[in-house]
Amino acid sequence: MRSAYLYLGIGILIVLSTISLFTGISHLSLATLWSDEEMRDILLISRVPRTLALLLAGSAMSVAGLIMQLLTQNRFVEPSIAGTTQSASLGLLVVMVLAPSAPMIVKMLIASLFAMAGTLLFMLILRKIVLKSALMVPLVGIMLGGVISAITVFAAMYYDLLQSLGAWINGGDFSGVIQGRYELLWLVGGLTLFACWVADRFTVAGLGREFAINVGLNYRQVMLLGLSVIAIISGIVIVVVGALPFLGLIVPNLVSLVMGDNIRKTLPWVCLVGGGLVLLCDIIGRIIRYPFEIPASTILGVFGAMIFLCLLINQSRYAKH
Amino acid sequence: MTINLGPNLSYILVRRSYILLTMIIVAFAASISTVLFQSVTHNRILTPSLMGFEALFILIQTMIVFFYHGTTSYWLFSLLKFIGESCLLVIFSILLYRWLFSSVHFNLNLVLMIGIVLGTLFRSTANLLQRLLDPNEFSVLQSRLFATFTRAAPELIWFSAVVVSIIGILLWRKRYLFDVLALGRNQAINLGIDYRRSVTSTLLFVSILVAISTALVGPLTFLGLMVANLAYLLSGSYQHRYSLPVAFLLAVIALIGGQLILEYGLNMAGSLSVVLEFIGGIFFIYLVLKRF
Repeated sequence: MRSAYLYLGIGILIVLSTISLFTGISHLSLATLWSDEEMRDILLISRVPRTLALLLAGSAMSVAGLIMQLLTQNRFVEPSIAGTTQSASLGLLVVMVLAPSAPMIVKMLIASLFAMAGTLLFMLILRKIVLKSALMVPLVGIMLGGVISAITVFAAMYYDLLQSLGAWINGGDFSGVIQGRYELLWLVGGLTLFACWVADRFTVAGLGREFAINVGLNYRQVMLLGLSVIAIISGIVIVVVGALPFLGLIVPNLVSLVMGDNIRKTLPWVCLVGGGLVLLCDIIGRIIRYPFEIPASTILGVFGAMIFLCLLINQSRYAKH
Repeated sequence: MTINLGPNLSYILVRRSYILLTMIIVAFAASISTVLFQSVTHNRILTPSLMGFEALFILIQTMIVFFYHGTTSYWLFSLLKFIGESCLLVIFSILLYRWLFSSVHFNLNLVLMIGIVLGTLFRSTANLLQRLLDPNEFSVLQSRLFATFTRAAPELIWFSAVVVSIIGILLWRKRYLFDVLALGRNQAINLGIDYRRSVTSTLLFVSILVAISTALVGPLTFLGLMVANLAYLLSGSYQHRYSLPVAFLLAVIALIGGQLILEYGLNMAGSLSVVLEFIGGIFFIYLVLKRF
């Protein structure tokens, strides 16, 4: 039964991808697709990479959110709430100042390193407040992110890079994704698969430190592994497409509301829903002001915030009874 | 005000006194609105801007530009429009926050979280609408929404100054009422106060102050939080006749001092709101860690 739903989900995803492939200014039609060379180029150079990038980035960020929620044992965190995304942007800025012509891979590496440092800092602060209140954790994360992005904005103003940085931070813009600019995202896809492979360990780590050590898990190692996965995913996604707000927060929460908490079971769904959501937002962004485009992240910000609000209010009702 | 005076004295002095006046108005609005808001909500971490008031104001401004195309340039700077927007803000915020405070069973963290997410929602929606705008209209709007102290129109400054003075006098006469409100709902009712009405009227003043401050210089997230808490600390008292003026003075010092450091220490390399954001964010984390 469950696999029937999964097939249905995959079916919807394929329909969305097809719509995404055929949405845009230059008209594509199935009939002449293979006879017309120009049309084939548009499809292969622009549309296919864009759709793939949407799927990869969407599912990877959702998985990163899920892992982060397990490691911090808190449902309300995700990379952009824990300062990870903001640290990655700071790293990006540092590269832009020190070595503006560095290749993508270097930018990505440094952004990931910064993301890792930021996340570690968050975890350190977290250790102090872990027993207090569940909602303190995201609050502190949001403020930490605010402080880090204040540093970034200040430095960007100083070096007069605010505009080019803004294109990245507020980004989440898939319109620049063409062949040759998205391939790094396959790495993210690989990491996501890797995360599925070691999923059980994250599940156990999510039950708490004492429990995990008790059942013989190398807790530190799993923590470090999870942190690196989160940091690398955030770093790469920031460099290639920009920030995708709320994604890692709402997708895992929605999925676990329906499916429960065993992440070996929920991970495929998290990937599916994450990719589908970003795809949908991108399609809406392309249609709503045709022929201009609105970044997927802007649409995502609006819907994501609404869904998050509903989750928060429901959670409180639920907690009261 | 007198640092680096050039030869063209009369012009510069006039310009600078406008900037100074703006700063004083904004300092007043930010500090007083925060202290009152904290008294009404009985805690020291909530502030109007953390709860999304300023973002709501920006959203309303954007929506007005969005639904009335073509009239932006003259419409944007007129007083009439300012008054209209403030009224809208006040109505919306009172409806919204009354609902929020009554429906969510009072859990401080939850309310704070909802406020922050609401702020994000308003900002993203405004952002979405701005993307749908004509580029010309967008640039006019954009120039209004960044926090700078040098751009407000003179007639707006004068108008705000008058409104702020009136509010100041009104509030000063009610200072003891706020002391009672800060005791909490049950005590306040016990002491014979029409609690619902007093809270609503206080929120009304808060919204007007936030509207003025945002209209003049744009959003300043942490100023109120910092000066209010420092004021409780320095005055050593929660009585409003001490905390209100002290917070106001601190805000003036923070703004003018910050701007001075920014201009002559850092060569105008950033904007004041960024510096405030940085210091304020750290301060907030500290407060939260200390108190919970």
